[in-house]
Amino acid sequence: MASLELRNVVKRYKSQTVLDNLSLTVADGETLVLFGPSGAGKTVLLRLVAGVIDPDEGKIFIGGEDMTDLDAEFRGVGMAFQNFALFPHMTAFDNIATPLQAKRSSQSAMKAGVESVAKLLKIGHVLSHRPRALSNGQKQRTALARALVGSPPVLLLDDPLRNVDAKLRFEMRLELPRLLADRGATVVYVTQDYKEAMALGDRIAVMSQGVIKQLGTPEQIYREPANIEIARLFGDPTINLLDVKPSRDAKGIYVGLSNVQVHLTGAYDATVGRDCVIGLRPEALSFVDEGTPAAIPVTVEAETPLNEKIVTLVRTVRGREILVSRPAGTPGQTEGRAHIAVDGKSALLFDHASGDRIGARNVVNLRSGEAA
Amino acid sequence: MEHTSLLERILRGIALTLVVIFFMFPIVWILMMSFQTNETILRIPPQLVFKPTLANYTALITGKLTTAAGTLDIAFMRNLWNSVFLSVTSVAVALLLGVPAAYAFARHKFRGSEDIAFTLLSFRFAPALLVLLPLTLYFQKLGLANTYIGLIWVYQLICLPLILWIVRGYFEDIPADIEYAYRIAGHSWFATFRKIALPLAGPGIAAAGLLAFIFAWNNFVFALVLASADKQPVTVGALAFITSSGIQYGQISAAIVLSITPTLALALYAQRYLVEGLSLGAVKG
Repeated sequence: MASLELRNVVKRYKSQTVLDNLSLTVADGETLVLFGPSGAGKTVLLRLVAGVIDPDEGKIFIGGEDMTDLDAEFRGVGMAFQNFALFPHMTAFDNIATPLQAKRSSQSAMKAGVESVAKLLKIGHVLSHRPRALSNGQKQRTALARALVGSPPVLLLDDPLRNVDAKLRFEMRLELPRLLADRGATVVYVTQDYKEAMALGDRIAVMSQGVIKQLGTPEQIYREPANIEIARLFGDPTINLLDVKPSRDAKGIYVGLSNVQVHLTGAYDATVGRDCVIGLRPEALSFVDEGTPAAIPVTVEAETPLNEKIVTLVRTVRGREILVSRPAGTPGQTEGRAHIAVDGKSALLFDHASGDRIGARNVVNLRSGEAA
Repeated sequence: MEHTSLLERILRGIALTLVVIFFMFPIVWILMMSFQTNETILRIPPQLVFKPTLANYTALITGKLTTAAGTLDIAFMRNLWNSVFLSVTSVAVALLLGVPAAYAFARHKFRGSEDIAFTLLSFRFAPALLVLLPLTLYFQKLGLANTYIGLIWVYQLICLPLILWIVRGYFEDIPADIEYAYRIAGHSWFATFRKIALPLAGPGIAAAGLLAFIFAWNNFVFALVLASADKQPVTVGALAFITSSGIQYGQISAAIVLSITPTLALALYAQRYLVEGLSLGAVKG
């Protein structure tokens, strides 16, 4: 199998820099998710690796070999496109068989290869159909089968679940990790869906405007987002962000929320007196009885049950709106006045001006994209 | 379309009939003339009922034109063969050169590619008469005057830009990702061109080839100036029917019928490709 490395890659279109001096290493057999808004450069990065576009600067290594100047057909990667990119004039079978044809496999080997991957993806019954006669889900599976069939050491998946319906996306989110793990391939997976990113990635690279803003395990990205932007992208319901100015007392650093002092756990000494933003995950908040220490009085505005959890919108006495999430079936205030408590350990503090998280326990070296 | 009243259908029928009569009348009239002698054609008033004769066709096929002034040799069948040969070869050459060029212009934006493509198109802006004089002089110097090669070369002015620009549009309509997918699967660019680009642009190539064929077939002025009798196509050859003893309407009509038959047959056969080609973009790959 093969590892993948991008070294100081730059890609420009006219005057616009799409990828800005980007370096990234994906270990052999690892699944790396590229996550970010559209226009972040995720797809461009994938195409650079595939070899269909060339970088302006930098090098690309696959399995330790410099592939920068090699044409796409010699790189031995498999790729599934967001828009499927099936060959409309070929049957699903011929579509899937194209990588085997290129390897000049025998007819019987080709048939066996296509049928086994088709069985795995449950499209064995539509192999004789043209793409036009396939449903979106079948098209997506055909495209995936085409990428998998040659057992390429590197798999590039460009948001393959983007154009399929919610049910199938949910199923595939469960199936894909096992499928990819079985293959043992090095995978780069592009998505805009944070749940997909969390479910599939061994590591996640959060991209924005052509640079990797943060690289880490799903856990790290969720617990220790590098900045407000990333904190906001990961998590549903979105993180609560409130302007605060930390102060110090005998018990440590605290922030004032609705005149209640909430003490923070962590190295936040340098933040005293600075304009900051506190990030509170909705699930880090809970309803408590009146009189609990550091309980914040609120009014319940609305409640939204979401099957496995219940999201409540509450308003503080200062009029700030906060989302509180709790597992379904647990008690909570449904209307009127209530009190909430903040889990000081999981609170995140960001610099107001730069948006960067303060007191990062894991300092992320953005340049090289490696956790120091 | 579902709820059309009887009146609407009748009116539509009448309207369609009028349009068809308007456009088909000359062709039908020519077809009728081709089965008449000059005397019956020139009767006043013209009559719809006549005794059909195959004399015109016989004259054309045997190459003996009998007029009041005597018997003339005409090379109509030779002209017809010239037309077929010139048009088919010109279109074949234009496809061979134009389709790869169109692909290059569609897929590879190199420096000056737009300028070159536009220059090729501009050949069709220039009036043929403007280029004919210098061309004639050059051709005489080069020994290309009155040769098939020379004519096919000049016909590229008609066919090549047409094919290049139509087919280029079809290539551009193929999503680049489809070709990338084939490359990534491990195929060379040439295999991708042959197995993906060509089949997907097929209807467009057929449509462009057909149009180019019709334009080449209908060309008159290039062949008039650059070819003499034995290389002339039917368009020029028809002039031979204007004889010293009058215009041979019957033979001209028969000649027209014979000379439009190949293009008409080709157009009817290729019609489905034309329609398919034009609606290709509507279906997302």
